[in-house]
Amino acid sequence: MAKVLMKGNEAIGEGAVRAGCRYFFGYPITPQSELPHYLAKRLPEVGGVYLQSESETAAINMVYGAAGAGARVMTSSSGPGISLMQEGISYLAGAELPCVIVNMIRGGPGLGNIAPAQSDYFQATRGGGHGDYRVIVLAPASVQEIIDLMRLAFDLADRYRNPVMVAGDGILGQMMEPVELGEEEDVQIPPRPWAATGRMGGEKKLINSLYIVPEELEQHNLKLARKYALIASKEQRWEEYRLDGARLVLVAFGTVARICKAVVDRCREEGLAVGLIRPITLWPYPQKAFEPLMGKVDSFLVVEMNLGQMVEDVRLAVNGRHPVHFYGRCGGMLPVAADVVQEVKKLYGGGGN
Amino acid sequence: MKKVFTRPRSLKDIPTHYCPGCTHGIVHRLVAEVIDELEIFDRTIGVAPVGCSVFAYNYFDCDMFQASHGRAPAVATGIKRVLPDRVVFTYQGDGDLAAIGTGEIVHAAARGEKFTVIFINNAIYAMTGGQMAPTTLLGQKTTTTPYGRDKDINGYPIKISEMLSVLDGTAYVARVSVHDPAHVIKARKAIKRAFEVQLAGLGFSLVEVLSACPTNWGLSPAEALKWLAENMIPYYPLGEYKKPAEVG
Repeated sequence: MAKVLMKGNEAIGEGAVRAGCRYFFGYPITPQSELPHYLAKRLPEVGGVYLQSESETAAINMVYGAAGAGARVMTSSSGPGISLMQEGISYLAGAELPCVIVNMIRGGPGLGNIAPAQSDYFQATRGGGHGDYRVIVLAPASVQEIIDLMRLAFDLADRYRNPVMVAGDGILGQMMEPVELGEEEDVQIPPRPWAATGRMGGEKKLINSLYIVPEELEQHNLKLARKYALIASKEQRWEEYRLDGARLVLVAFGTVARICKAVVDRCREEGLAVGLIRPITLWPYPQKAFEPLMGKVDSFLVVEMNLGQMVEDVRLAVNGRHPVHFYGRCGGMLPVAADVVQEVKKLYGGGGN
Repeated sequence: MKKVFTRPRSLKDIPTHYCPGCTHGIVHRLVAEVIDELEIFDRTIGVAPVGCSVFAYNYFDCDMFQASHGRAPAVATGIKRVLPDRVVFTYQGDGDLAAIGTGEIVHAAARGEKFTVIFINNAIYAMTGGQMAPTTLLGQKTTTTPYGRDKDINGYPIKISEMLSVLDGTAYVARVSVHDPAHVIKARKAIKRAFEVQLAGLGFSLVEVLSACPTNWGLSPAEALKWLAENMIPYYPLGEYKKPAEVG
């Protein structure tokens, strides 16, 4: 099949439809608007439902209802709207409901701005709402990867009965790139014997996150912890780029990783042994990517569009065995490749400590 | 011997946590009787709120959801959009529906979502310790209005049935009371109509039930029913605020 030119936000929509998603509930916010525009047209074509909610709070609770009723369902928003959804995401995690939540991250805090950012990393990877829970977080870096990861997002949500977040930024959402959509598959959604769809002669089903007896809630928390441990052991994903013999390793995700690939190429041309680790899952964090490098590299440089959030996960993975440096731009500003190259040169060979 | 009175199939045979004199039990029973009578038990899905009736999910024997505070109409919207041939109801108190959940109830009603809302108005937050509710009457003493609700400080009680009945999306809106047997029978009739409106696909239906909370009102069960009749009904007039021609 020939390649087609698509915006990142549209690719999320098409990827979702091709993954068998038939329900979308959302509230308008920049910079993810092309996604609801796309699905408002596309979902009715495939017998699905697009519904604009009165708020992000309502949207995530519509997702809760639809997911509990057995549907493949999605919502999307950006920073402030995702903050409003956090109570609902906590309920979804507590009730173990599968769904996909898209965050096209914009500048914050507060109203911030509508320019691209990665400043919601902490919120995405630490649960985000109240209580002890995790959300699987996928971070695509191209429009093609969006198409590929949307199917994975829904499959992981189902496999683990857990919310999955797709974290992008305004650039990824707005950029147009050629993508290979592949053949449209007839997706078989896994059976949901736990869904509350009316008893229809069967056992009573309950969608719930309330465990009023402490002993029972502790058991529920421990059960969730076992699930999160399983996810952490099985679902770490990352891309390695020119790590062969690297002395300094860049770590970056999403849009910034693309800039860092250019940085790696330029450094290599100049004879500097620089490589890149690009986490694809932000949670579970790809700690396994770092182990083979221990004792073989000089240092790490984490590049982000925030004040330094993922750098904490890199430090946890490296665990004091190598210096971990940080370079970031924020407020909607992008790291410029030439500036990152300068930072690499400053640190390369042990500088900057 | 012929059995003339029995527990509805749609209610589980377990003790409830409700206080003596609380009218939640009456309303649970009415909803369950209607579900039984309409023979929709097997395809009914209920949504329980946050508040005293949070454990409604344990008492109704149909499939149930527990929703976050005020969001039951959004949850019900998600369910009904996925399963349009099922019968969906929410059961919400006045803190849940008329304070934190006003956005969700107004927009579900405006969209004409085809589910039924049972709205319990007892003029107080009971589960959390008797605080002022949006429906607390002027002058009514609560733990957060120890001098009585003052319009200059707290504004006025919200009349949900009147508000929602002006929306085009609502098909059936009624306010009933359960303070005596005659009114209980009328309440049952209204609840049945609300479910019938849903079954006919006519739009959003809501029954507001004036209810007693002896514990937090500081009254005996009998005094509480009297207080309801004498104080709540004058401010919250009973009746069918909106009904489609189809249900006569």
